[in-house]
Amino acid sequence: MTTVTNREQLKYISAQAADARVNLEIETEGMTLNIGPQHPATHGTLRIVAKLDGEQVIAADPVMGYMHRGYEKLSEVRTYPQVTTLINRIDWLGSFANEVPFILAAEQLMEVEAPPRAQWIRTLLFEMSRIANVVLFLGDMAVQVGAVTPVFFAFRDREHVLNQIEAATGGRFHPNFDRIGGLKDDLPRGWIVETKQAMKKMRAFCDEIEDLVMGNEIFQARTRGIGVVPADIGLSYGLSGANIRGSGVDWDVRRDGTTGLGGLVHKELDWRVWTHPDGDSFSRFWVRLQEVRESTKMIDQLLDGIPSGSIMAKVPRIIKVPAGEAFVETENPLGVMGYYVVSKGGLAPFRVKIRSASFNNMSITPWLLTGVYVPDIITILGSLYFILGDIDR
Amino acid sequence: MGLVEAGKVPKPLTSLLNMSRKYSLWAYQWGLACCAIEMGAAFGSPRYDVMRLGVIPLPASPRQSDLLIVSGTVTDKMAPAVRRLYEQIPEPKYVISMGSCANCGGPYWDSYSVTKGVDQIIPVDVYVPGCPPRPEALLEGIVLLQERIQNEDMAERWRGDRGDPIVVN
Amino acid sequence: MIEVIRLSSTETIDAVDTPDAATDEDNTDAVRAAMLGELTDELGDALVGSHIAAGVDITVRVDAEAWAETAAFLKDGMGFAYFNFLSAIDWLPALGRDMDSQVDLSLERAEQTDAQDATAAQDATAADTAGNASSSEAMEQGFAGGNSRFQVFARVNDVVTHRAITIKADVDEVSLTVPSWVPVYAGANWHEREAWEMFGIHFEGHPGLRHIYLPGAFEGYPLRKDYPLLARRIKPWPGIVDVELMPTDDAEVDG
Repeated sequence: MTTVTNREQLKYISAQAADARVNLEIETEGMTLNIGPQHPATHGTLRIVAKLDGEQVIAADPVMGYMHRGYEKLSEVRTYPQVTTLINRIDWLGSFANEVPFILAAEQLMEVEAPPRAQWIRTLLFEMSRIANVVLFLGDMAVQVGAVTPVFFAFRDREHVLNQIEAATGGRFHPNFDRIGGLKDDLPRGWIVETKQAMKKMRAFCDEIEDLVMGNEIFQARTRGIGVVPADIGLSYGLSGANIRGSGVDWDVRRDGTTGLGGLVHKELDWRVWTHPDGDSFSRFWVRLQEVRESTKMIDQLLDGIPSGSIMAKVPRIIKVPAGEAFVETENPLGVMGYYVVSKGGLAPFRVKIRSASFNNMSITPWLLTGVYVPDIITILGSLYFILGDIDR
Repeated sequence: MGLVEAGKVPKPLTSLLNMSRKYSLWAYQWGLACCAIEMGAAFGSPRYDVMRLGVIPLPASPRQSDLLIVSGTVTDKMAPAVRRLYEQIPEPKYVISMGSCANCGGPYWDSYSVTKGVDQIIPVDVYVPGCPPRPEALLEGIVLLQERIQNEDMAERWRGDRGDPIVVN
Repeated sequence: MIEVIRLSSTETIDAVDTPDAATDEDNTDAVRAAMLGELTDELGDALVGSHIAAGVDITVRVDAEAWAETAAFLKDGMGFAYFNFLSAIDWLPALGRDMDSQVDLSLERAEQTDAQDATAAQDATAADTAGNASSSEAMEQGFAGGNSRFQVFARVNDVVTHRAITIKADVDEVSLTVPSWVPVYAGANWHEREAWEMFGIHFEGHPGLRHIYLPGAFEGYPLRKDYPLLARRIKPWPGIVDVELMPTDDAEVDG
């Protein structure tokens, strides 16, 4: 585990101060650089107001809210099945994964459990949405540091996974497939064989990205040692997913879940959690690449092991959730996503607190961007990997 | 050029001008939400490849573009920026509103922070429904817009007659 | 922990034993009870309520004055280094927002309660006046109890032993102020800004409570229960459409 000791930190700060002094002597004027709210490097509508001294960032202030749609309020005026439709659109690249923690929280309150077959298929789609999400990151990260081609590969190969998700759920982007107590439908015929082929293609894509991007000298020069997140700071900011595992913290909710995760079967599979000790932009990229590979292997195991049986538990036709509170978090493509659902026994939740991964992941940026150079802003933002819907909700 | 502005161009020349406009649409992408990814798929992926329709997807600035594609939820905080960038685009300019959110607010029809449709702040030429629309639907919208451009009378356009908006269905 | 990192495919790195994460169901309760015991020893009277869902979760309610000390003890004394989230909840019975009513009645209620005493507005009796059956229920707090309209709640994790705890605190109804967690957990910064914006709760010691999502001129606190969704006033709620006719039923009706 890498931790920056106080001494190292002081050394760093004094070096920065020395730099600043040099700049003072030649009297550079400070300037404010506004990036966004509509900028290709911000994945949507994030705006960053950076105060610069020469090429160095003195202070950076992200301005969010350009995509704030009020999910928490809207959830209070919708029935549970309607909420599922809505929350699909939080992290729009891995939509199915958004539904799972909410459904699990509702199931926990209702004390129903999905039948084994539904749990396996749920895990299957959960991991597929991770691939659909992170693959785009792998291509996009290269764009952020100047290589345009990989993103075309990412869009090309992502279609293989999207096709399978669409074949199973009917929705290419927003499946809305998960139900309290199970799933909407069973898998179509021939799907398993096709998905296996798609997974092969995804592994080939990972190899391609590894050859094309990760070993690339320019890519390494742009990402190694840039945006180092020490583990203790990452923890106190609540970073999750590959961002915290890239800092050497061996924690994955799929394996180490604290709440009763009755609805997913990761614990029955043979897989491992990847960590990287460096904590820089490169390590976050590396961890994500390994996780895509790991997901394809998980999916292969899941495809082989789907039990037979029904896909829906017995639930009433009109869903009323008993009073209570439940928090369920899962390891979503972007990091830990959780829903704190408070029910008062009605058709609609009383309060839904959405703990989204990107909000916490981005909250470190004022700390992380201080002292870096302007081109590194883009690298760091790219490697933290956020989706605006997941920040603003 | 005085003739063009006065709308007194002979007909063959008009259709030649229109054709060259229709096949060189510089599309400024205002990617806001989920739809932006489908727009990215339509523009960036080899499977859909918008360039074969004569649309150039990445202008450096709105001042160089002809077509604005608003894809995704426009929030009240974002609306002034959308308006401002629209005003920076030189005439003649066209707007495609992509997705339910940009059309009417979509699933956020009752939200306290979402603008209920981008047509409240800027005029829209093509509505592409869907949540999100498939990339094919966006391409259909572009093709329909190109048809309109081909048959357009520039004099009417300058007078401010945009015609009824096209709805892809 | 991995020592060697290579730029190669997954097979070349030796598999590292993952810690046995399968917690015993019976064991978990003991773990959570121990957590509660440890907190009780430290906080004493400041710990005013607790709730343990066997094998699932633990919720602890502390006095608002001990809110910051609790955070410090959780982080330094008990190893909860991971900040998960912080938010607030408004326990005012949701008037007019249950699915049975066609429109959002909270505006009418706000008009009615404006005339009354502000404190009475939070009473169950005041809710009665609105004339909605569902509103007559008294304000009822969730797990670990409570006796104020607003509560803040936060969750922290221990990523080493894989434990987690939810902490709640009542917010004083007049001052609406609680101590800030930012000095303890740096990540609380944005969460507190969000809670301030959405509920109007102040966090004492926060470095800068500014708007985070909404434009600066926004009026009101959207996540409060008495904040109406105006679109619903104009357009009635379409009602419960979950149980729709199947397509075949439709065809019969049409035919």
